[in-house]
Amino acid sequence: MTVDQPVIAALFFDGLNLSQKVMFGTALLGGISGVVGSFAVLRGRSLVGDMLAHAALPGVCLAFLIMGSRNMLGLSLGALLSGLLAIGMVSLLVHWTRTKEDAAIGIVLSTFYGMGVVLLSIIQKPHIGGNKAGLDSYLFGEPGNMLSADLVLLAVVAAVLLVIVFTFFKEFQLVSFDNDFARSQGWPTLLLDLALMASLAVVTIVGLPIVGIILMAAMIIIPASTARFWTNRLHIMLLLAGAFGAAAGVLGTKLGRGLPAGAAIVLTATGFFVLSLLLAPGRGVVSRVLAEVQLRNRIAREHLLRSLYELSESDLPKRILLPIHKLREYRHWRFLPKLLAGAVESGHVESDDETVKLTPLGLQRAAELTKAHRLWEMYLVQHAGIAADHVDRDADDVEHLLTASLLLELEHELAAEGRLPDITPEVPDSPHELGTDPKNTPSSDF
Amino acid sequence: MSTTAFEIHDMTVAYHRRPVLWDIDLQIPEGKLVGIVGPNGAGKTTLIKAALGLVPLASGKVEIYGKSYKDQRHLVGYVPQRESVDWDFPVTVRDVVLMGTYGQLGWFRRPGKSQYAVADRCLQEVGIQPLANRQIRQLSGGQQQRVFLARALAQDAQLYFLDEPFSGVDAATEAAIFELLQSLRSTSKTVLVVHHDLQTVRDYFDYVILLNMRLVACGPVETTFTNENLQKTYGGRLTILDEAAEAMRQHAK
Amino acid sequence: MNLLPNIAALPLPIGAFSLSPSDWTIIWTGAATNVACALVGCFLVLRRMSMMGDALSHAVLPGLVVAYLLSHSLDIIPLFFGAAAVGLLTTFLIQTLHQYARVPSDASMGVVFTSLFALGVVLVKKFVSGHFDIACVYEGSLELVVLADTVGGLPRPLFTTLIVLLINGLVLILLWKELKLSSFDPALATTMGLSATAMHYLLMTLVAVTAVASFEAVGSILVVAMLIVPAATAHLLTDRLAIMVGISAGIGILAAVLGCIAANYWDTNIAGMMTVAAGALYGLAVFFSPRHGVCSALVRNLQMSLRVLHEDLLAMLYRVEEFDDSKHLTVAEAREAIGGGWLSRWSIAALVRDNRIETAGEQLLLTDLGRTDARKLVRSHRLWETYLVQHLGMPLDHVHEPAHRVEHFIDARLQQELEAEVDTEGQDPHGRQIPE
Repeated sequence: MTVDQPVIAALFFDGLNLSQKVMFGTALLGGISGVVGSFAVLRGRSLVGDMLAHAALPGVCLAFLIMGSRNMLGLSLGALLSGLLAIGMVSLLVHWTRTKEDAAIGIVLSTFYGMGVVLLSIIQKPHIGGNKAGLDSYLFGEPGNMLSADLVLLAVVAAVLLVIVFTFFKEFQLVSFDNDFARSQGWPTLLLDLALMASLAVVTIVGLPIVGIILMAAMIIIPASTARFWTNRLHIMLLLAGAFGAAAGVLGTKLGRGLPAGAAIVLTATGFFVLSLLLAPGRGVVSRVLAEVQLRNRIAREHLLRSLYELSESDLPKRILLPIHKLREYRHWRFLPKLLAGAVESGHVESDDETVKLTPLGLQRAAELTKAHRLWEMYLVQHAGIAADHVDRDADDVEHLLTASLLLELEHELAAEGRLPDITPEVPDSPHELGTDPKNTPSSDF
Repeated sequence: MSTTAFEIHDMTVAYHRRPVLWDIDLQIPEGKLVGIVGPNGAGKTTLIKAALGLVPLASGKVEIYGKSYKDQRHLVGYVPQRESVDWDFPVTVRDVVLMGTYGQLGWFRRPGKSQYAVADRCLQEVGIQPLANRQIRQLSGGQQQRVFLARALAQDAQLYFLDEPFSGVDAATEAAIFELLQSLRSTSKTVLVVHHDLQTVRDYFDYVILLNMRLVACGPVETTFTNENLQKTYGGRLTILDEAAEAMRQHAK
Repeated sequence: MNLLPNIAALPLPIGAFSLSPSDWTIIWTGAATNVACALVGCFLVLRRMSMMGDALSHAVLPGLVVAYLLSHSLDIIPLFFGAAAVGLLTTFLIQTLHQYARVPSDASMGVVFTSLFALGVVLVKKFVSGHFDIACVYEGSLELVVLADTVGGLPRPLFTTLIVLLINGLVLILLWKELKLSSFDPALATTMGLSATAMHYLLMTLVAVTAVASFEAVGSILVVAMLIVPAATAHLLTDRLAIMVGISAGIGILAAVLGCIAANYWDTNIAGMMTVAAGALYGLAVFFSPRHGVCSALVRNLQMSLRVLHEDLLAMLYRVEEFDDSKHLTVAEAREAIGGGWLSRWSIAALVRDNRIETAGEQLLLTDLGRTDARKLVRSHRLWETYLVQHLGMPLDHVHEPAHRVEHFIDARLQQELEAEVDTEGQDPHGRQIPE
């Protein structure tokens, strides 16, 4: 610790009481974990955080044995070196041997942790002086022990990492999205990768004394995964992940009075995750279910109109009255009465218990739908070989997908078969007799 | 005499000590639309990746306008295969196209107004400007391909490498891509395209590279895309090359 | 009544590492745990789900707590049920998150197991007082095994581990073909009517139960290690599944023995030491595995380089002779020509020893044996050059380099094939004689 740090601490943090410090600290930690964790999650490295947290233990113990005291900075350095060594070993194992990445991570994680446990048992020998509380706090964290100095370290680390992420945002984004393309442009992808891993390591190490191993791993993964539900832009995802992480920190500490702080924070983060999973617009479950229901309703309504068109096609342009049982025979319906009621409400049909009839608006719409559908069928039949990935495309899009010349061709063919629906609008009868009222000039509003 | 845009000298590429491309030697003049054809596993993608410095060379060298690739990156544009990317990544169409300008921006600078203008222009050129704000997973195969193309256009390169741009796209996209390639060629850019459909080679390309682990032929389509060469490319048994490659892999593991 | 064989009574040359009966109890317990884990761990490694071992051993915590609270005891049966239930739940949640919410598979694992673990921690601190020390769950207390209650003459932790070992072994025997198939080709398995999903859930349940059975004795961290490390070690040593399972069980036992001995010697935590021992064995395999080890690869490369050097030297002498059989290279010239340095000295010395070359004063001559060898090599070279020119259409001045690289790998059979393919009339494209 330099001379300046106590001064800074005094200026900013000594004014806070313990619970404020804890809240500030967990907010900072949650925030920066969310940001750094976003890259880890997007690159499929979620569990590296878990590994780093476990692999840091031997480093902490060795640092303790060497320095003989609980110096936060020293222990953190030991943990960092141990974590970086672990990352390096995983890379080497994957490169040199047939061991796959998931196994390599598991091997390094458990072996390093085992070494740590051994070292811990040495530390806890009476003549060395460590106590058993050491392992507990390492496992679960002790935010209650947070000193101003610890807070300063956390703030500095968070600030530095944020600056790095901000400065190199486009490089990190590029490397994470398309590694080959980045290399082809000449970017040093290996170095950028290493930078991301190193920042993950630093965050994990700094957070360990506060929330413990498992919970640190959680903070890397959960806020980032939560943010993913809400946006499709990377920079917004980073912001949201930071926000969710910080909120989990603050809220978790507040709500978790009487509970282990780390666990409370993680459960709060999970709470945000579940809520987002359900309620996020677009990617959330509720939103997707609603969209599907709406789609099914729309398709059913379109089937209704098309069926009505086809049933009355031979009598066009007169709009005939159709008995409902004919409709029932035509195809299978679910909830036909409800469907008809909806169509009545949107002005497409007139209906009573026995019969149904298209309105002019309904006829117009039904004609459009039938034309699009028939064009699409014809396209599939004639040109099915060309574009297999369009078979389930919405028929309405067909005009946008096919070239104009092809559309024209298909329309001609349909017309030749006598199956091209006519979509000229039917002009309603004038409400009064034309030309008989001397007060009104004949209008030309056709 | 036209300039040579792209040249490969005696290049051998090996994956895990097993040669996949043997002693490739070819020259491509500037301003040509070149098709790279060959059966599956012939090494077409490897050829491109080796040219871009993405895979190490066991021997030989690649030259772009007479110099090594490392010095000429700014002259090269790349459209990889669609499968090579995670389409669930949170970027929009515009974000991806902007990436094409990153090479010119260099470190520390963020994309500004002029980069956005370039991106939008490229989106216009490939016909997907209305989709600029969509997340990339929401696009069809053809649209995704166009995004990659737009990104390559934004690189403003002289030499373009495209890996199977026509595979799995609809007819309209295929026509649009071809038009784009032609307009590139009309401005003296050189375009190399890994292509899988033999029927369209004569229609699309001026030059053709016939590849099957080794170079069968390389030259103008009229004289090179012959039945005889096609036989050699697709019909031949290459057991000896295969066996030698396997022997090298086994012993040199 | 102690059912365990008192091997300490046997005259083993362990000397300073002599073990007491309680040591052996510990070793048996550790070994049983490790074998039980290795049996299911092999499949985790092969299916690339190693991290599920880590995930499950953390996620079961709330299940254990609930079982404890409901049964008001630490009986093993309720704990097993709690573990199995949470194991199934965890697996289900992870699958669902991944498939329906489109969360990447590793992130799904991370979200589920960390939140379940956090839930477990909260449950423990709120509802359980005293008996449940989570740190103990984490690091286990192998040392205390001997003090545990006995069941059927065996310490309880050992007894439960043996039960699980039996169960795992039985499942493996009964469902061997199904496990094997669904591990290598889940799609094929499903089309054959064998639900790969059911196999997956079964495997995960076994892992969860194995983990719980082991907690009491060795703690969760040893479990994670023992699920993966011996299996990964075996994976480096063999390509056959049955042998892999056997070797991993053996490694598990060895790790238990070595770990216990080392822990005694240095007076440290036993479970941790067993983990380190397993890791050390894995490290040994990484370097020294005959087929896949790093050192073996280095040795093979060295042998290959030497062979290439030998052959280059012989071929060069042959060509010199061919050109003008009155001229001969001096030893120094020859050494320079093949690159100089100690490797070329070694090469020349080896060739002399093998009677391929001989020194006549300062000059280097081929022996008859050497000439035969050289002839084979030059033959391969020239046949390959001919092949390159005739079949690959390569220009004349480009064929020497490639042929120079490939010639060392062309054996007699490939030579015959080459001969059949090319049109030589006994001469290479440069007009030189192709030796018989």
